Amino acid sequence: MKTAAEISQSEKRLAFDVEKIRCDFPILKQKVYGKPLVYLDNAATSQKPQSVIDALVRFYTDDCSNIHRGVHLLSERATKAYEDTRTKVQRFINAADEKEIVFVRGATEGINLVAQSYARPVLAPGDEILISAMEHHSNIVPWQIICQEKGARLRVIPMNQRGELKLDEYEAQLGPRTRLVAVTHVSNALGTVNPVRRIIELAHQRNIPVLLDGAQAVPHMKTDMAQLDCDFYAFSGHKMYGPTGIGVLYGKTHLLEAMPPYQGGGDMIGSVTFEKTIYNRIPYKFEAGTPSIAAGIALGAAIDYLQELGMDRIAAYEHDLLEYATEAFARLARVRLIGTAKEKASVLSFVVEGVHPHDVGTILDQEGIAIRTGHHCAQPVMDFFGLPATARASLAFYNTREEIDALAAGIRKVTEVFS
Amino acid sequence: MPDLRELYQEVILDHHKRPRNCRRPDDANKHADGFNPLCGDKVTVFVRVEDGVVRDIAFQGSGCAISTASASMMTESLKGKSEAEVLEIFNRFHDLVTGKTPADAGTSGLGKLVVFAGVRKYPVRVKCATLAWHTMRAALEGRQETVATE
Repeated sequence: MKTAAEISQSEKRLAFDVEKIRCDFPILKQKVYGKPLVYLDNAATSQKPQSVIDALVRFYTDDCSNIHRGVHLLSERATKAYEDTRTKVQRFINAADEKEIVFVRGATEGINLVAQSYARPVLAPGDEILISAMEHHSNIVPWQIICQEKGARLRVIPMNQRGELKLDEYEAQLGPRTRLVAVTHVSNALGTVNPVRRIIELAHQRNIPVLLDGAQAVPHMKTDMAQLDCDFYAFSGHKMYGPTGIGVLYGKTHLLEAMPPYQGGGDMIGSVTFEKTIYNRIPYKFEAGTPSIAAGIALGAAIDYLQELGMDRIAAYEHDLLEYATEAFARLARVRLIGTAKEKASVLSFVVEGVHPHDVGTILDQEGIAIRTGHHCAQPVMDFFGLPATARASLAFYNTREEIDALAAGIRKVTEVFS
Repeated sequence: MPDLRELYQEVILDHHKRPRNCRRPDDANKHADGFNPLCGDKVTVFVRVEDGVVRDIAFQGSGCAISTASASMMTESLKGKSEAEVLEIFNRFHDLVTGKTPADAGTSGLGKLVVFAGVRKYPVRVKCATLAWHTMRAALEGRQETVATE
């Protein structure tokens, strides 16, 4: 007999009508090589619901104009729609104020902004920035650049073989020279959900600010700035069912206000003479030039879509699917999962014994299954596990158990070809 | 839909499993490194050239089935060839896998290498098949920088 908890769990899954949800994503209807598309590369980019596509088309069809500076009606409409997204983002991640939401091109630009505008002025030779062993290149290279320039030192929080950060070593690494901690909320290569609340607490006890790379977290779980109390949080629109070219940097007001601008240009100014420029207030101080307006507006549509579904329900459904997939993988011969942390989300990184991931990817592609192969922009993670690359299936709420079965069948085909 | 067996022919799978000339010769007088950032494939090609003739050729590295088999079969087909002949085979092989020549017309002088004709249907895999070849050319030409396919 099922326990009450199990029943309520399965009810939750049933209440989540995945077939209906799939109808919202036109791309999922297509066939590749005559087979239904099984899209399992969501950590690279997610597909877009019709409402997001419609928002893009609507902007270019009805409202196309520049924002913040037109007196005409079209510009007014465009400005309102674009700024509405800022409000939606603020509520979505529970930030204290709209002005803490800076629009950027994506998580990468958000991290670069913090490296250049926050870290650069405070770093002195011998200072330290602390990142982790499981970072995406976008949370490594910006810090390397700034550390090299300022004679600062980049230190790395180690992880164990399951792909979990070693918190005791992290605590020992926090020192009087640590100026910033920058870690990923969820690892793109391993799926690990890091204990970010604890990471932030330990840093804050020593008055060290923390940046989180939220690119892989925001699409999959409720993220709450007030509850996390992080100082900076960066994420990308295109991984959360929105368009490419738009992302968000959240920063606490007092930090953003104290920071110099990132880029100079239009829109980021209060007044300009050849002698002196007064910068605009935050967040506009960091938003030089015409932004990706259509993408910004469509990001608002993506947030509406996610809130309609409910982040808690999304997280519960995806967790269930990840467990189903993990069990399916355990039954596959010659397959090993890379990244087996207790707390995981969305990602199954794996290797097939005797078969290079690239060959795995090609054979699965012929079955209509799209996965990612390679180093996932996390070469240090690959080096840690002694692998040149892995194959990675990454899930979204529109994926189904049947698709996991197709993936498992595809992997069996791989082992047949390479018997 | 292209047939997988056309890409993963028995000969290719065999060379992947048991690559030939996968070693580092002590007396090589030229070598070069190749890297495919897309999949992380790495290869080093070693050549001993005497009087304009490839007396020995070998490779080391890690890669997918296509790139390993291609490196292995390349070493077998180039040993004993003059540098001019090597260049000619390089060009023909390149045309074969990129689909510049029809699969059946591109076969002259390539021998067993025609098994790579299937690669042309997989554009992202062409770089796997040509990595060792570009690296070999760099070695012959004495270029020191790592050959990247991107």
